[in-house]
Formats: sequence, C-alpha cells, structure tokens
Amino acid sequence: MKYFLNSWAFQNVLVVLLILLLAWIVMVMRQSEYWRAAFRRVFKRKLARISFVILSIYCVIALLDSVGFNQPLRDTEGQVQCSADTGKVLRDEQGMSLLDYILTPLRASKEKTYSAPFATHQFTKETVMDETGNSSRKYPALKHPRRHLFGTDKVGNDVLYIALKGIRTGMIIGGMTTLLVVPFAILFGVFAGYFGGWLDDIIQYVYTVLSSIPSVLLIMAFMIVYGQGLTQLCVIMGITSWTGLCRVLRGETMKLREMEYIQACEAMGVSKLKIMFSHITPNLMHIVLITAVLGFSGRVLSEAVLSYLGIGVGADTISWGGMINDARMEMARSPIVWWKLFAAFVFMFGLVLPANLFGDALRDALDPRLRTE
Amino acid sequence: MERLKLKSDKNILEVNDLQTYFRTENGVAKAVDGVSFAIKAGETYAIVGESGSGKSVTALSVMQLVAKPSGYIAGGEIVFNGDDLTKASTVAMREVRGNQISMIFQEPMTALNPVFTVGNQLAEVLALHRGMKKDEARTYGIEMLDKVGISDPDKRYDEYPFQLSGGMRQRVMIAIALACRPDLLIADEPTTALDVTIQSQILDLIRSLQKEFGMAVLLITHDMGVVRENADRVGVMYGGRIVEDASCKDLFDKPSHPYTQMLMKSLPSRGNRSKVLQTIKGMVPQPTEFTQGCRFNNRCPVAVEQCRQESPILENIDKEHTTACFMLGKDGVADLSKSGWMAEEESPVVEKYDYSCLNVESLKMHFPIKKGFFKKTIGHVRAVDGLDLAIKKGETVGLVGESGCGKTTVGKCIVRLLDSTSGKILFGDNDLSTLSGSTLKQYRRRIQMIFQDPFSSLNPRLKISDTITEGMQAHSVGSTKKERRDIMFKIMERVGLDSDMADRYPHEFSGGQRQRIGLARALAVEPELIVCDEATSSLDVSVQAQILNLLKELQVELGLSYLFISHDLSVVHYLADRVAVMYLGKIVEVGDANDVIENPQHPYTKALIAAIPQVDDDNRKRIVLPGDVPSPSNPPSGCAFHPRCELATEECSQKMPSLESISGESNDRLAACWKV
Amino acid sequence: MFGYIIRRSLYGFPILLGVNLLLFLLFFYVNTPDDMAETFLGEKHITQEQIDNWKQEHGYALPRFINTAESFPGVITQTIFWQKSMSLFAFRFGRSDQDNSDIGTEILRRIPYSLCITVPVFIFSMMLNLFVAMIVAFYRGTYVDTWVLILCVVMMSISALFYIIYGQMVFSILFKLVPVSGFDSKFPHYFKFLMLPILMGVISSFGGGVRYYRTIFLEEINKDYIRTARAKGLSEGVVLFKHALKNAMLPILTNVVVMIPFLIMGGLLTENFFGIPGLGSYMIDAISRQDFAVLRSMVFLGAFLYVISLVLVDISYTLVDPRIRIG
Repeated sequence: MKYFLNSWAFQNVLVVLLILLLAWIVMVMRQSEYWRAAFRRVFKRKLARISFVILSIYCVIALLDSVGFNQPLRDTEGQVQCSADTGKVLRDEQGMSLLDYILTPLRASKEKTYSAPFATHQFTKETVMDETGNSSRKYPALKHPRRHLFGTDKVGNDVLYIALKGIRTGMIIGGMTTLLVVPFAILFGVFAGYFGGWLDDIIQYVYTVLSSIPSVLLIMAFMIVYGQGLTQLCVIMGITSWTGLCRVLRGETMKLREMEYIQACEAMGVSKLKIMFSHITPNLMHIVLITAVLGFSGRVLSEAVLSYLGIGVGADTISWGGMINDARMEMARSPIVWWKLFAAFVFMFGLVLPANLFGDALRDALDPRLRTE
Repeated sequence: MERLKLKSDKNILEVNDLQTYFRTENGVAKAVDGVSFAIKAGETYAIVGESGSGKSVTALSVMQLVAKPSGYIAGGEIVFNGDDLTKASTVAMREVRGNQISMIFQEPMTALNPVFTVGNQLAEVLALHRGMKKDEARTYGIEMLDKVGISDPDKRYDEYPFQLSGGMRQRVMIAIALACRPDLLIADEPTTALDVTIQSQILDLIRSLQKEFGMAVLLITHDMGVVRENADRVGVMYGGRIVEDASCKDLFDKPSHPYTQMLMKSLPSRGNRSKVLQTIKGMVPQPTEFTQGCRFNNRCPVAVEQCRQESPILENIDKEHTTACFMLGKDGVADLSKSGWMAEEESPVVEKYDYSCLNVESLKMHFPIKKGFFKKTIGHVRAVDGLDLAIKKGETVGLVGESGCGKTTVGKCIVRLLDSTSGKILFGDNDLSTLSGSTLKQYRRRIQMIFQDPFSSLNPRLKISDTITEGMQAHSVGSTKKERRDIMFKIMERVGLDSDMADRYPHEFSGGQRQRIGLARALAVEPELIVCDEATSSLDVSVQAQILNLLKELQVELGLSYLFISHDLSVVHYLADRVAVMYLGKIVEVGDANDVIENPQHPYTKALIAAIPQVDDDNRKRIVLPGDVPSPSNPPSGCAFHPRCELATEECSQKMPSLESISGESNDRLAACWKV
Repeated sequence: MFGYIIRRSLYGFPILLGVNLLLFLLFFYVNTPDDMAETFLGEKHITQEQIDNWKQEHGYALPRFINTAESFPGVITQTIFWQKSMSLFAFRFGRSDQDNSDIGTEILRRIPYSLCITVPVFIFSMMLNLFVAMIVAFYRGTYVDTWVLILCVVMMSISALFYIIYGQMVFSILFKLVPVSGFDSKFPHYFKFLMLPILMGVISSFGGGVRYYRTIFLEEINKDYIRTARAKGLSEGVVLFKHALKNAMLPILTNVVVMIPFLIMGGLLTENFFGIPGLGSYMIDAISRQDFAVLRSMVFLGAFLYVISLVLVDISYTLVDPRIRIG
C-alpha cells in the first residue's frame, strides 16, 4: 500500500486530478461576480501579475513532469524489443514524463562527475593517459562544455535538470496537502461553528490536541513510524495544518451565524445543510483561498527542512530538500562545490517568493483584516 | 480661575471654502467640497445632514485629524482665533488639540483606551497642556469627573473604561475634552449611540458646561430634534456642501432650501400620523458619485436646467439666513407647492379585523450564563421575563424600549430564531413554541422578519433574485423556476424595485433599496405577520419615510399584521395602532398608540417620551431619568424601574406590579405600576 | 488568582491525555513492538525468540492496554500503556531503546545547551522585530513601509537552511571570523561559538516577525481610541508607543508565550548545523537511530510545554488586560 501510494503513476493521477480541480475552481469563480471583481483588484497590481505568471510556469512544468509514458526497450541496434513468449513490446519500467522527453538534451548530456557552471573542464583532477602512455593528473575536458547552467553533480548529472525535476515534488507537497486540508477544515470548521454544543466541543478538542504538539515533532513521530515518502509527508503536513484553518473558519462561521441574512434564511425555513453550504461556505472561501496560497509557500519551505533532517520525501524522489542535503557534503569540500545548493536556492526562492507575493495581494484584495503569520 | 466668556460677535472659528478629499479606488471622493461657516464665541453651531453629507469629515478637518494618507485637505482655510489651522505646523496643531479645541465622538464604548484607567487618560491631557504633576492632575481630574456628573469620582478615577456604562464613558470623554477649558468643543454625533434617556442626560450636561465655561460648541448630528433643542445656529449639509445656514429659529420657522423643507416634512411626528409621509425620491448621494451643478438637483422637484449646470452659492435671504438655491421666491423660500410636492395625502385606512393574529402569553427567554470547565450555569440573563402581547389581524403593534430591554429577543422568539424558555406563542390554534420539524416549517412562511442592518441582511455572494426566491423554493411557492421568477418580478415591482435589478448583487444597492429587497424576500412567501426589527433605524430620514409609506401601503393591500420593534418613539407613533413599552424584559405599559404617547401613565413611559427632542414642540416638559438601565442578569427587586423612578416607594422595591387596566372598564389600556 | 491558575492548569490535562493516546496509537498500534524489535535487530534472519528477548529487555513484552493475567491493580499497571505512556505524566520517560540510557537525565543535561541559543535569539529577535515593526507602522503608507515590507517578504521566502549554510560559508569559511561549529561551555570561548547561530536565528525570524507585529500595530492604529488620543493633542510617538503598544501587547504576548516550548526544545537546524549538543540534536540523533522511546518522550514534552505556555498566556493576560484582571 505504502509503495503504491508513493508510486510514480499514482502520484501522476493525483497531480492531474489536482490540476483539473484547479481548473474547475477557476471556472466556478469566473461565474461569480464577486470573484471576478476580486481578481480584477488583485491583477491591478503589477507584482501580483508577475507572480501569477511565474506560478503558472511552475504549474505547467509540474504538469509536464506528471504526464508520461513507459518507453519501449530497445536493443543496441535501436530495434524495439519484444517479449519472447507473448510477443508484447517490452517497456522500460522507469516511466518517462513529457518533461524528461523535452529535456532529453539536458538529461543525456551527462558528465563523469562534478563540473562548475559553464565550465569547459571537469572540477576534479583525474589521472589521464596521453597518447605516449604517460599518465598525468589534470582536469579533463567535459563532453558537453559550457552546456551546464548550474554545473553537474557528483555522478555527472546536469543540476538544472535535477532542479527542474524538483518542481513537481514541491508542487505536490504544496498542492496535494492543500487538497487534503481544505475539505476537512471547511467541514469541521463550519459544523463546529454553526451547530456549537457537543459537536463543537469534540471538534475543538481534536484540533487542540493536534495543535498542542509542536508540528515538527508530530511530523517526526509520524514519519518515523510510517517511513519517508511523498504521500506520507503530504498526509502528516495536512494533519498538522488543518487545525489552524479550521479554527479560523469556526470563528468566522460563528460570526456569520449571527448575520441577519443567515437569520433570515432560518426564519424562512431553509434547511440547515443548505444554509451551511450555500450561504456560509461561499462567504468563507476567500479565507480558504488566502490561507491555501500562503500555506503553500510554507509547505514548500518545510519540505526542504524535513528532507534535510531525513524525514522528508526520501532519497528516491528528487526534491530541493534532497539537493540541499547533498550539498552539505559538497560545501565541506575544498574548494567548495556550491552550485547544487545555489540551484536549489534559486528554484525554491523562485516559487516561494511569488507565492507569498500573490498570497499577500489576495489578502489585501479580499480581506485586509485577516491576520496571517 | 475660570475664564468667563460670554456670547460675543467675535467669530472664534471661520471655515472658508473648505475642501477635504479622499483618494479611493473609485477616484477622488470630494467628501467636503466648499464648506463655509463661522462660529461665534460661546454659541452652539449645529451641522445637520444625512449620511455621506460630509458633516463628520468637516469636524475632523477642523481638528486636522482626517485619516491620512488617503484623506487630505485640498483647499480652503480654517481660521481659529485668527490663525489658519490648515497652515499650522504639526507641533502647533498639537498645542491646539485637546487644549483650545476638543472633540468628543459618537462611540463612547470604543473611544477610550481600554487598558488605561480613566484617571490616567484624564491626567494625560492635563500633563500635556497644563504641565500638571501627577497629584495635582488627580485632584483636578476628580473635580472634573464630579463636574460631569460622575458619582464617586475619586473611586471612578482609578477604574478602567470597561467598568463604566456607555453614558458614563461619554461623560468621561466630556471631562477629558473639557479638562483644559477649550474655546471650542466639537461634538460629533455625541449621543447617537446612546439610548434616548441617556441622550437627554448628556445633552443637558453639555449645555450646562457650555454655559459655565463659556465655550463654543460645534454639534454634528443627523437628528433635527437634537438641533432644535441645542443649537443657536444651524448649517444644513448636503452632498459635501452647506445648502442653508440660519439661526435655529429661522430654520425651523422658515426653511427655505428645497432640501431643508422636504427633510422636515419627511420626519414622522405626531402631526402627520394619518398622512402619507412626504418623501424625497432617490437616495442620498455618496461622495464618489456627486453630480455636477447643485448636488440636490436630481432629487429636487423644482430643479431646472440651471441647477444641473451651475453650483448655487450661499446667498442672504434674510439677515443671518443664507441659502444656496437658484429657485428661491421673493420671500427667499423655494416654492415647492407648484410641483405638487406639498399636497398632503391621507393615509389609506387599514381594515381592522377583530380576531387575533398572534397571542403571546407569559413569554420568558432566559439565557444561561455558563462558567467553568463543566459549563455550570451560574445565573441567567432574563432578556424576556414574562411578556404578554396580542396582535390582531391587520394591526400594527409597536414594541418600544431602550437597548437591552429585550425587545429584539421577543421578535426572535416569535419567528422561532430562538427557542423560548417558557410561555406560549399562539398563532391561530397552534402554540408555535412547541412546534418543530415540518409543522414548524409550515408556520415559518406565515411569520416573517425584516431586519435592522441593510448591509448584513443580504448575502453578499447571492444575486438578489436568488435571495428573494430562496424562501419560495423552500416553501414550494410556485412550482417551476420560471413561475417563481414571475412572482418575484411582481413583488419587486410592488416594493419599488426595477425588474432589471434582479440579477445584481447586494453591494450595488443603497440602504433603502436593500431594505426593500429584504421586504420582498419576506413577502415572497406570503406571510400574515411581519416582525420588523428596527427596520428603519439605520436609514436616513428621507429614505426612512419611503419605507414607512411602503409598509403602510402593503398593509392595506395584503391585510398584513406588523410587530414593529423600535427604539424610536416618533416612528412608532407614526406607524403603530397600538404601542407596548418594554423595560427590562417586561411590558410596563400598553395601549392605543395615540393614547399612550399623548397621555403616558407609567413613569418610565413618561420619561421616555419626555426625553425625545422634538422638532415642533418648544414647551415640552423634560424629565431627565437618573442612572442607567440595570443589568437583566440581576434585575432590581420588585418593580424593576424603582431605582430610577421619582415616585418609587417602599412598596415598589418589594412587590412586582402586574399589568392592570387603567382605563376602567376596557382592557385596552394597561400599565404595570403601583402609582398609576 | 492562585485558584485561577490551578483551574487553568487542569484544563490542560484532557489535552495531554489526548496527546498521550495519539502517541500510544502511533507507536504501539501502527508500529507494533514486534516491528520495533525487527527494526533494531535487523530485518533478516531473526527468530521470534530473539524478538521476544528484545521486547523483554526493553519492557515491551506486556499486553498493550489490559493485562488479564494480573489482578488489580496489575490489570492496568502491568501494561505497556501504563508503563510506557501514562508514566510520561510523572515525567518518567524510561530508557532509550538504543543505548539504554535514561532519557530524563539526558533531557535535563541537554536543556541548558538549547537555551544558550534559543533564549538570546528569542530576546534579540523580539526586540528587533518589535522595534522595526513600530518604525514601519509609524511611517505607514510611505516608501519606508513599502520597502521594509518587500524586504520582509523576500526574507520570509528564503529557507532557514540557506541562512545557516550561507552564514557559515561567509563568516566561518570565507572570513574565518568564528568557528564553523562546535561548542565550548567555558566562559570567553562560549561567545565565539554562539555568535553565528544566534545571528542566523535572528535573521531568519526577521521577515515574518516584523510583518506580524506590523499587522497588529496597524489593527490598533485604526481603532477609535487612537483618534481620541490624537484629538487630545498627543504626539504621534506617544500615541503609538504608549496607547497602541499597550493594547498591542495582548496579541503579541500570545505570540511570544507560545514560543516557550520551542525555546526549550531547541532549534533543530541550528543545533544540527553548529554541533550544539542540545535537545534539538537529541531529536535528530533519535531520528537517525530510530530511537522510538526518545521521540515519544520528546513529543510528549513538547505538548506538555505547549499546554504550560497556554496557562502562562492566560496569566500574562491578566497582568496586561484590566478587563480580565478585574472583571
């Protein structure tokens, strides 16, 4: 089960669902005058527009990296190999995404080991035999000189390629967790706030217990029991972060419950479920949206720290946290190998900063009084 | 020693062509756009106007306290004691504030800093402007608190604002404002947030201190009655400009600007009870949408092309009486009679039925006060404590009382937004308080409610067509969507909304229109009784009149009964057939509206009625009630009113009086008092 | 007052009980003692006998909730739940699964090291953040405000990992101002090792802190009593630093006091990078060594400190807010 949940194929299904859901939300929002006006206000700002474009690019890359196929295996002559008994084409078990396909030049341009950005020669010396048979230690020339924007890593992979592959992981952590968090937070928050009483007591108790454990500790406990992996990480991050949103939504629901338009509905005999889901929830969605966007960037940052601490997505999945973890050894070398860390820094910063800026713009346009930490 | 200043001809404050603008998302809002007036030493100058007229911004401009950075003074001068404050430095301005000009605000509950003691906040201003040391300030501060009528001043000096009632806090605000004996006090709606009995205490206090200190007062208000009883001179503001400026007497005797005349006519009062209220069409414009020319032109019955093109300026029509209007007659008064506006129309007579629509019997609503981990109930707030009320079909019953008396709770119990603690709510043959589930739902459509706040009473995310048809859907009024929309269009037309507004969102509507939408929503399910909870309280006078007329018309057409809950006795007097007066969860007096208001019997009713500032009665007897309304969680023993009653005796504090007939034979006129 | 504190403290008990149950579920049901034994003994070629032995040695060879073999009180006390989970309430943390050392002693030994870093970071960053936030609030709407805010967002968008790594690179490797890592508790050396971790801690909390405090100040600045204070003729400085600050103290206090658990639990990254033997590195060691007993104890300790800090929030509120103190 654990392995299935962490399999490439399963995650891809999730990513595609996530993107479809996002598209559906956009469609629904476009119908509503409120959201159209809100986004007009958001997009009035230049920074918000730029951020949105950057975030979209990240989204597209993550999507490209999630749609793929299993290439047929070829023999040395380039012939497609078939199974001897069934006649079916044999396929590479390692899936290949559209992104891999597009980045084939980058992927294929492997070196032997470290090389600095735009270098022509390898970073480390090697014993080379020249034609005369004399061996000497020198920096061998690269197979693909001046082609590596962020250099290559220990086994000669292009660092830019690795950083690009990290995008998908980052987006899944940020996006899928949000997907897990939001429905629960809305459901529990609205029920607790609207009904009050024992239901409220129970929900409050549950989120107080969960939030009383410092989140990094709870994540540690969970991850050590369930083992490293992208899905586990999303689940536990979801568990630790729904409480905050739920608390806010509960409070907001209690305020809305006293609003006269809700009372008018009650006096009208409109059913409680209808009041909760067609009157209260739409009036909470702006908070959900702001929290989701700002929470997204927080989760991308956390992933790096957790992966560094060894309770993240695990070594099998390419992630920025993993890159930073690798970089630790590299930084201790002399002279230092700085580019892998730098690439992780650039890509993370490039995602988190626009997410923060866009979240801020959303908050200013939708609910300037909402206090976010 | 006190500086004694008498009324003199010297202008203490002159405002010339003041312009205060705000930068907003929708462009520049010219909140104040060319205001000029002058205040003489020692006099009270009132600026009266509806919401959005710019009256509060004018006051803040004088203090140079307009919210920065969006607001700024774009032009004009404010000359105070010979200095132009618009040119004063920040430091010089700080020397003026709180020292030569002081200000008190509308919301006493939030105007004081909650974490500092009253004394601290009072001493602060004395230390700043008078350089007083702590002990000196304390002695003087306690003296000030005593002067503003706070009992136990040396104890109160060390208390925090939350320990004081709203009226007391406003007294503290006055003490702080007057501590340095300013030449001018700006009072921005000082009593709007207070109950009417507290309002008269505060206004009396301001008047007496004004006399004692000889200061001038700039009074900002929307209430014509308050103006009439307090002001020496009045400026009527509309659309960021003063349209008429006159002595108080002249203004009320001979209103000349069309707006002033119409405003006075649209006030509900005892004089026009049987008449249709005169209304001003349209609504008060907001600062971002001011039109060219005279700001009133689109609502004015006598406006001509000139009014749309040019802005009139204030011109003398009399000594000390100026008006800004192109359409003034020879006597200096705009003649509205030709426009047909002045024609008085009798209200349609409502058919009264003899059978009752609703009978409330000994209704109680006690809210438990819970404390501690196990939520133990340690007491009850007795919001409604044994209330009887009957409403006949086709009748309007007014339920009147001050804030906290439980009148809104009664309304909510009747529409079953709250489950009453005990008592019966008989509607037809059924006791509503025992119904639940689908039987309750059937009754829900027969009793509807309209609310006070036009801004929170509509879901901002729903089109108004959805808001109106939602109830129909819940009660299967009309079988198809199309059918429901047709019914909706009929109702919208009836309440005065254009059918092309159906697919708009609430934020596109003004307060008055929203109230019409709320009414349409209620009417859509064909109710028999409508509970109106302060339904016109947050509306401007000119818009209020439109809604009141509409309510009367609908009653005639549909045979509706109303329970009209309000704190405003003049509105209730205008609309209601019968009035019930509430005090601390009980009815103290009930009877025919005219009878109760013209000839009140219960001492509380008397005081309540006497406290209302009147526009048309100079000689009313004033009764100022001492103290505040007690807490409903711990009501006084016996008659709950006895601690504030001047007639109270030993008996009142021990035995609770019940509602008894006071008109002899008939049961129409009841009062709960040992002294009637 | 004393009774109030006792009462508030009692509210924490059901919460800790919930935490305890959650941990028990996680560590003894999801991950059974047999799983643990396998983890420690190596998954291949082990016999049930070895597993049972390991469980016996480490005290896991008991029923989980109810021991039917015993009579009262053993029916409850001779269980894993009682001995391993309920004992946490008495701060009996037990022994490490890995090296059999006493966890309680180890925690006490390590706390001071953590505090050496966290307390200075906490104090300096709070002072700096509050100060900057007030300056920014004072100049709200001007370019000072705009640029500081942009700086804050940029700083918030950088992972703490980078601050530490780049900090070490610049100050230790490039300029050789301070040692890369390590710790010496002798007096003058002490500072040499602490400077960099403290500096990095302060810098990484700057962006979020300033923005948070600024929001609180701006909330207060728009309130009515501020207008009253201005109308009295008070200068903007007094308005802000006296009137607004004291009111802003309420939300700030909540934010500050709930930091207490994190002070004691130490900074994971900082201690790991700079080699400081506090509780943070204790946890990281526990992760890498799969030491379940240590992790369980640390999680419970964290929750316990959190509950305590909530009580402290209540108490500090009564000191600042007269409405609670008197009302």
